Parts: sequence; C-alpha cells; structure tokens
Amino acid sequence: MNCIIVDDEGAARMIVEQLCSKIPELDVIDSFSNAMDAMKFLNQQAVDVVFLDIHMPGFTGIDFVQTLKNPPRIVLTTSDTNFAIEAYEYEAIVDYLVKPITQDRFEKSIVKIKTALEKSKAPAPVTTKAASNAEDDIYINIDRRLIKLKLNEILVVEAKGDYIEVKTTTKNYRVHNTLKSIKDKLPENMFLQIHRSYIINFTKIIDIEDNSVLIEKSVIPISRSNRPELMRRLNLL
Amino acid sequence: MEQQPNLNYIKDLSGDDSAFEEKFIAVLKEEIPLEKEEYIRCITAENYKDTASIVHKLKHKLNILSLTEDYKLAVIYEEDLKKGDSSLNDKFLIILNKIDVYIKNL
Repeated sequence: MNCIIVDDEGAARMIVEQLCSKIPELDVIDSFSNAMDAMKFLNQQAVDVVFLDIHMPGFTGIDFVQTLKNPPRIVLTTSDTNFAIEAYEYEAIVDYLVKPITQDRFEKSIVKIKTALEKSKAPAPVTTKAASNAEDDIYINIDRRLIKLKLNEILVVEAKGDYIEVKTTTKNYRVHNTLKSIKDKLPENMFLQIHRSYIINFTKIIDIEDNSVLIEKSVIPISRSNRPELMRRLNLL
Repeated sequence: MEQQPNLNYIKDLSGDDSAFEEKFIAVLKEEIPLEKEEYIRCITAENYKDTASIVHKLKHKLNILSLTEDYKLAVIYEEDLKKGDSSLNDKFLIILNKIDVYIKNL
C-alpha cells in the first residue's frame, strides 16, 4: 500500500510520516505542502491513500476531493471536528483523523483503509453527473429563424438579463432564453458553467489565472463554488 | 494552575527514534516563531480572516505540546475571529509567548 501526505504544516506532515513509518506495509511516496502540487502528482501516478489536511490556504482539502477525477482512498487529517459530516458525503473519504493523531487511532484508520481497498479496487466516484448528449450542433431561435451552430465553434454563453449571448468563433448571437435552459442542452464533455452568468467551452481555454479564464480575447470570471469542478475537468500536468 | 508545555506526545510518537524527535523539535523551532510573527502581523492589521487561519495552525501546535486548556481557548478564539471579535488576543499572546520561550530553550 502506498500513500502521499498533503498538509501545509511541516510539523503535521512529519507526524503523519512518523505514524506511517510504524506500518510496515505502508510506503510514503511523497509529501506536499499544498493541494495543487499533490493534484499534479496524482495526475501522473496512482496511489492507494492520501492523508489530507482540510484546512489549507487557497485550495482546501474538500476542494481537493471534489476536484480529483478518480480519487484514491482519502483520510482527512484535521484539527477541526466541524467538517466530519460533510466529509462522509464523499465516497472516497474513508476516515477522519483529529489532530494530534495517536498511533492507536492511526492503526484503526489503516484497518479501515484496507477494508475499503479490499471492497473495491476501482476508484471511488466523487459525483454522479448525467451522461453527456454528444450532438455536434445546436439550433438557436433568432427572430423566428432557427440557426444552426456547431458546438465546437461556441466559445462562451453569457447570461444578460432575460436573454443570453452566445459567442462563437465568428459571431455573437443574442437569444431570448435562460442560461439554465441552454446549459441542459450543451454536452458536459465540452461545456461547463464556471460562474452564475457564464458557461464556457472549456476546450477553448487559453489559460487560467487566479479566478479567471481566458478564451480568445475574453476574460471570464470563475466563481469559487465552480472552481473545483473546472479544475477536475482539466488535464493538469 | 497554568499548564506548561511538554514533549510527551512527541516522545510517545517517536518511541526510540531520537533522530525523529530532534528533527521534529527543529521544525517546531522553525515554525512557531514564524507563525507567531505572522499572527502579530495579521492581528495588528486587523485582518481577522487571516488571523483565524494562523490561530488554526497554532492550535495544532498547542495540542502537540500537550496544552489542552490553551487549545480550548484557541478553538473559541478562532471562531470569534471569524466573526470579527479579537477580544481574546491578550490571552492568546500570553500562550504564544509561553510556547515561544519553551521552544527556544529546548
């Protein structure tokens, strides 16, 4: 069994490393002081278990769990008991260790991990989304004309009051409709709502900086609640 | 009677591994003064959100040093700070100074 440790505190990482060292069948492959570095690592290498701190600056442990496509088994390590109920909403989370962690409690956690791994070798799903509707085109109604748009030419859909603006590689279209209505018709494998007013074609992203994405020449804001899902969809190196 | 910090938890954890104990104390010596400094900077700037985050980190250190009563105060203080209430600052500073002195003398 191998694992990684994610915690912004050096002392906390050392404690978990020491606890792991007493478990002969558990190998610590690496330790990370932030969730983003750990995510990049997990995109390149599979691990059995992640010991994960919840309270980290910027990108929390819960954001981390929500973002991973195929999360390994996760054991949360935290000084708070407040997240316990939320934590167990995620199938990937097998245990919740309150700091300071004792060896006895840690060993009980190892038993839980082994049981979870035995139950299923398959990665645990984080979310269950409806299957995408993989059509190539969508028709929009403008002045009683149905205009066909190629999905791969749509860049951004923006809510503007009681209509939406569909921005494509060649032209922008103003349509009397709601963002939710068009969202339901767009395939999930290409489009994602990243803000209450914006759906983007995430295959068209040029770059992401802080809380915005660049698509062609448009800078689109990312809301905090939508950021984890966007990060989950990206193929991070 | 006021609780005093100790290394009981670290000693339990390290067993006979004195190298781990030494390395861990070195990390505490490095992290605690920096976190104290960061705490003072944030509270002076009345940035209570960041102050709450640093109190969160420090409260783990209090637990590590077996300061269970001070840990309880830190839990309350962290929640107070999230609501913009810094009235426990003086008490928390006394705790910080206590662990700072202890760590420096290890």
